[in-house]
Amino acid sequence: MIISIASGKGGTGKTTVAVNLALSIPNAQILDCDVEEPNSHIFIKPEIKTKKPVFIPVPEVDKSKCNFCGRCSQVCVYSAIAVLKKDVLVFKELCHGCGACSYLCPQGAIKEVNKEIGFIEVGEKINLQFVHGRLNIGEAMAPPLIRAVKKYINSTGINIIDAPPGTSCPVIESIKGSDFCILVTEPTPFGLNDLVLAVEVLRKLGIVFGVVINRCDLGDEKTDKYCQKENIPVLMRIPFREDIAAAYSRGVSIIEALPEYRKVFQELFEKVKDGKFS
Amino acid sequence: MRICITSQGNNLDSSVDPRFGRCQYFIIVDSDTLEFEAVENPSVVAGGGAGIQSGQFIANKTVKAVLTGNVGPNAFQTLQAAGINVITGVSGSVKEVVEKYNKGEFKATQGPSVDSHFGLR
Repeated sequence: MIISIASGKGGTGKTTVAVNLALSIPNAQILDCDVEEPNSHIFIKPEIKTKKPVFIPVPEVDKSKCNFCGRCSQVCVYSAIAVLKKDVLVFKELCHGCGACSYLCPQGAIKEVNKEIGFIEVGEKINLQFVHGRLNIGEAMAPPLIRAVKKYINSTGINIIDAPPGTSCPVIESIKGSDFCILVTEPTPFGLNDLVLAVEVLRKLGIVFGVVINRCDLGDEKTDKYCQKENIPVLMRIPFREDIAAAYSRGVSIIEALPEYRKVFQELFEKVKDGKFS
Repeated sequence: MRICITSQGNNLDSSVDPRFGRCQYFIIVDSDTLEFEAVENPSVVAGGGAGIQSGQFIANKTVKAVLTGNVGPNAFQTLQAAGINVITGVSGSVKEVVEKYNKGEFKATQGPSVDSHFGLR
């Protein structure tokens, strides 16, 4: 089973929910797909066993074979190749690695070379398997690295995916294929605005989802009313408590700081697993 | 001398467009005769890489210099590779810019004047 944790708005508590959920259920695996700034490891403190670089193919032009016809530049949707009268420029940071340029070059002047975009670390903590990706600084292409992280999904076990914030490509790449998505929000105008966007994405992708309201005693009623109106189950509420915030600031999970929460997260898992939301 | 000026309109009285990659028009003008051609910029609404596309587009127009408000790093690299002088910080009407250019009032810039995505802000 794959359960992804997404949010729309950043900073609502995706990692908090992902980490505590993963630590509350035995023999799970957590995959931190927020490769631009992974932070699950701060709370899990896994023992990292392996580290592997991840590459994407980028074009390399043999200028002695090139006749500057411009075909590669025409077919590149990302403007990653500029062909001038006597020169070809490759902008590697814009390349998505689709391979169209090398495939369609009439001169056979383009070959693909590997460019490292980041790396994956795999480890464990007692009963929990841990995987995350880290995008290299200055690198813009998160989805290929997210795909590489998701190759570690254990098809027979419970996989918890910590997704990046927002509703763009990296989020789609992280959550697609999930059996269930937990949307973490906060009852503020920004939280609600971005929740609505995330709900649109999930409905389009056809993924079953529910909402966790974090810092639930702040803000206003509008998030609850929205969920009611849209028939979206509110699976759990986490209060705005100083002891939770203090534990977070020290990199300590809620269930470690407040062991009574283990049961609350186990109940969340049961609801998600059984599809019983009331 | 053929030069290219980024413009908000399609004639010599138009104002200079302060963006390069996403300018409305490129005005390719002969600085001696003032004969000109106004070309709509196909990359105004490009998803990304507008500076590179525009740079490549102008490089194939055989001009000596590009005069504009600002140019980003990828556009600058493209124009430089094509051997085109880049002059930034230019404003006023296209005609005034040509006159100033003829008087030798501009100096080519040595690097990009803004970061990537400036023209989207």
